[in-house]
Amino acid sequence: MTLANDGMTILTILAASVVTVLARASFIMLPADTKVPTWLTRALKFVAAAVLPALILPDVLFRELPPGEIVNIARVIAATIAAIVAWRTRSIFATLGAGMVTLWCLKWLSV
Amino acid sequence: MFPLSPHFRQGLKDGIPSVAGMIPFALIVGTASTAAGLDPWLALAMSLLVYAGASQLAAIGLIAQSAPMLIVVTTVLVVNLRFVMYSAALAPYFRRFSTHKKWLFAFLITDHLFALVTTKFKADDPAKNISDYYAAVSMMTWVVWNSMVAIGIFAGTLVPKNYSLDFAIPLVFLALVFPALTSRAHWMTAMVAAIAAFFTASLPMKLGLIVAALTGVIVGAVMDARQQRLKQR
Repeated sequence: MTLANDGMTILTILAASVVTVLARASFIMLPADTKVPTWLTRALKFVAAAVLPALILPDVLFRELPPGEIVNIARVIAATIAAIVAWRTRSIFATLGAGMVTLWCLKWLSV
Repeated sequence: MFPLSPHFRQGLKDGIPSVAGMIPFALIVGTASTAAGLDPWLALAMSLLVYAGASQLAAIGLIAQSAPMLIVVTTVLVVNLRFVMYSAALAPYFRRFSTHKKWLFAFLITDHLFALVTTKFKADDPAKNISDYYAAVSMMTWVVWNSMVAIGIFAGTLVPKNYSLDFAIPLVFLALVFPALTSRAHWMTAMVAAIAAFFTASLPMKLGLIVAALTGVIVGAVMDARQQRLKQR
């Protein structure tokens, strides 16, 4: 399945690249004596810790929801096992492997 | 010619370990983009232009669920806000370069490059030719990253849809979240964001993502500020 190759997606990609370039260029292009504000430094410390769970949670619980179910239980189990592996190993590959294999097994058993 | 300068060659040499290390991640990003349903050419365009793996994955997942443009772009900006810190740290190194070169070098900033430059060089060290060095590492990184993403994109078009490879996106984020949880304030941030994401998941247009992330950041920042005030007392 391929999404429509539509103008909106192209526009989204262009806008995403513009904001990313602006983030990268920010202090390089600003006058030399510009200081990073304290509130920004402080907020940035917590961006990864906040954004990643906010991205993960809906994808795990509510994607490909089986009819009549409240959460996607197979994905929740697979993600729980992957989380333990991630916590223990800190390896992207091990986490990915554990999560995908668990999901495939559960689908095969048609949980 | 600058490609022959010893600094350029040193840059290529120093860059190889980190470039090799990012190859698996690039393949995953590529594969996940087409597996999630994005057009292969648009996926490649995003990689060439946005050039930041985690934000590419976040954007791909959202575009595949037809989230509105404003939400996708805001998410990409939030995930990439760390570049503002890198930009501040690298600014003294680039001060004497032309405006064109500054824009080009800024566009090519990555996590690895930032770490490499700030540990290998002192800012304003005229003895070291940072320009050739940076050009070498950054261009090599950009070429290898996008080549590997392209291979992944092609691989993703071959995987049948019922393998649920889009699940790779939250799994990668799961692997990235634990190294980010370095203090109690960070754990609190993550838990608050997760709870907020649960309760805002039904909001239209994927708005819950932004609300949850913002709530988490505010909690973390407030905890951090209070801790610092206690220390100063």
